[in-house]
Amino acid sequence: MADADRAAWRRRSVLRVVAPARARKLAKVPFVELADGRLQGVVSSGTDIERVYVSSVTATTHAYHCSTNNNRPCGGLRGAPCKHLHALADEAVVQYGVDRVARYLRVEVDDTVATGRQVLSRMDTRHEPTPAAVVFSRFLRHLAYLELPASPAPLPELQWFPSTVAGR
Amino acid sequence: MRGTQVAALRDGVPAGLPDILDVVAGFDEALVRGFARVGEQDAAALAALAGALAGTPLGDPVAEAAGKVTAGSVTADHLAVLAGARSALLGAAHDALLGQLDAALGRDRSPWPVTDPAATPAGPEPAGGPAAGARAWLHEVAVSGWRGVDHELLTAAGTPIETALAVPGLRRLAVLLDGLTAELRASVPVGTMPQVPARRWADLWARGMLLTQAAPPAAPGTGTVSGRLLPLGVDLHEHDTAVQAQVHAILEPADGGPPRLVRTTVGAAKVDTIVGPAVWGLLRACPVLLAALAQRRAVTVTDVALHGGDLRWDDGRARLGEPADPFATARVLLGPATAAPTAPLDRHPVAIAEPVLLEGRVVRDDDGTLTVDLDGHPVAVDTDRLPAGGPLTPDLVAAATALLGLLRWDDGWSVQPLAVLATVKKQPVEAHNGDWADGVTDARVAKAEARAGDAVAVLRERAGRLLRR
Repeated sequence: MADADRAAWRRRSVLRVVAPARARKLAKVPFVELADGRLQGVVSSGTDIERVYVSSVTATTHAYHCSTNNNRPCGGLRGAPCKHLHALADEAVVQYGVDRVARYLRVEVDDTVATGRQVLSRMDTRHEPTPAAVVFSRFLRHLAYLELPASPAPLPELQWFPSTVAGR
Repeated sequence: MRGTQVAALRDGVPAGLPDILDVVAGFDEALVRGFARVGEQDAAALAALAGALAGTPLGDPVAEAAGKVTAGSVTADHLAVLAGARSALLGAAHDALLGQLDAALGRDRSPWPVTDPAATPAGPEPAGGPAAGARAWLHEVAVSGWRGVDHELLTAAGTPIETALAVPGLRRLAVLLDGLTAELRASVPVGTMPQVPARRWADLWARGMLLTQAAPPAAPGTGTVSGRLLPLGVDLHEHDTAVQAQVHAILEPADGGPPRLVRTTVGAAKVDTIVGPAVWGLLRACPVLLAALAQRRAVTVTDVALHGGDLRWDDGRARLGEPADPFATARVLLGPATAAPTAPLDRHPVAIAEPVLLEGRVVRDDDGTLTVDLDGHPVAVDTDRLPAGGPLTPDLVAAATALLGLLRWDDGWSVQPLAVLATVKKQPVEAHNGDWADGVTDARVAKAEARAGDAVAVLRERAGRLLRR
């Protein structure tokens, strides 16, 4: 970016700072986010429709964990990330793009890395139990947005957030 | 719009505008570094802000706040005063720019009714009220500066946002904070960002600070109105957790009064994985409005509330009318229609969105930027504002022979397309932002949507099983 463009960018009110999330199938991994310094989310159980797994990878330490929302450890964790963590990472890459996921997790990636699983394989991961409650309550809060009644009045602040075709 | 009007916009830069923007830019750079330790440059910026407001009713409090913050006493009250000062300057910029626009276009605009300030009911929000957490968070942000924002500070925004979401009167604040924190979260560590969007984030910080003070007073001159509503186009707004469709339209009052330029707005809360045309599915509570957009038809409204130029949509009081071509509406009625003023607290250049009809050739530069050429006078086309939920693409706009859009100002004038008449492969094509309001009409896009599945249905199923436990 040239200096003149840089200066102009600092003086604009409406900018696309972050690309909107890309649409993806939600059945397997209903919730993914890059927040609280972690890649974290919720993965539906393949066998029990009532059960979900809470999976996370911490950005700085690369510690991972997976458990049911009742804190029962995932049986698939045998010294390596389980299939739920693989699914979580893959869907994160679909939603955010590989660059953003790698940057958030502070992983060096090259052009050969295209999936979340490959991003995980580039990390020196280790297992460390973390409570599922924090992530699970963020998922419930996420779902609660769909139950929120609409504002009866216009929201003038959304003038700063135009819908944008970029990213389709 | 004619070439001479474009020239009047380009050449008639309001007196004092560049100075105001420099003062604001100085404050914005200070906010990048934060107010924990105010250096020489930022002290000068705060003094300049106080200087710009000298002689106004805000003069004394701003001078005091600037002095105290420079000296290291950074209280939430001082910051609120500085946010007010910055907002007042940009409010003045809004007024000057809109005045310039009205003069250039010959647009008639009704004045904001003068009210007795003593009669304004909104008092300050009590300390410890539901907005207190948000105010404390914005205070902390200003102290650390954008460069100092980290995961911990962002996690701390969770509770204030949740609190604000639960209070209907604080929805504007909650939606603003959700949008701002999502951008910050994606930008952490901000310290290593090559480029900080200084103006944008300061805009959101200052507006947030004002929204924590008190509920904005209701617009005076509120009443009900009946008549025929002729849509010009729809402007879609969205971030991760909110979507809003703002319809610009001409209202022909049933009592025979002159046509009025109005906006009617519907919205919904959402989640980040609901994007593109799927957002229309969240607005299904307004079938008449969506049908009017998708089928390009007029609507008859009966006894609906009108606050200034803001027509409060009520689907139960609306009836779908005859087909109405938005381009014909613009040609015939945009000239004589009376526009509405902006509510004082909403005045910021970002609020300027004036419908215009441009009939001219679109030129594509080597770098892909588009301009409309009107008798040799270029108008920039803002292709970043083409919504993901509509059929307009940069290629389609590039082929346009006529363009219905919103004139906007963001450090310069540009037009945001709402609809185009174009020639593609020698065939005439017409496309409007609202074409997919009632379902996607493009086979390729519809197929992609079907492949992704119904996000809302999947999440509702998950919510049904997990939420009420």
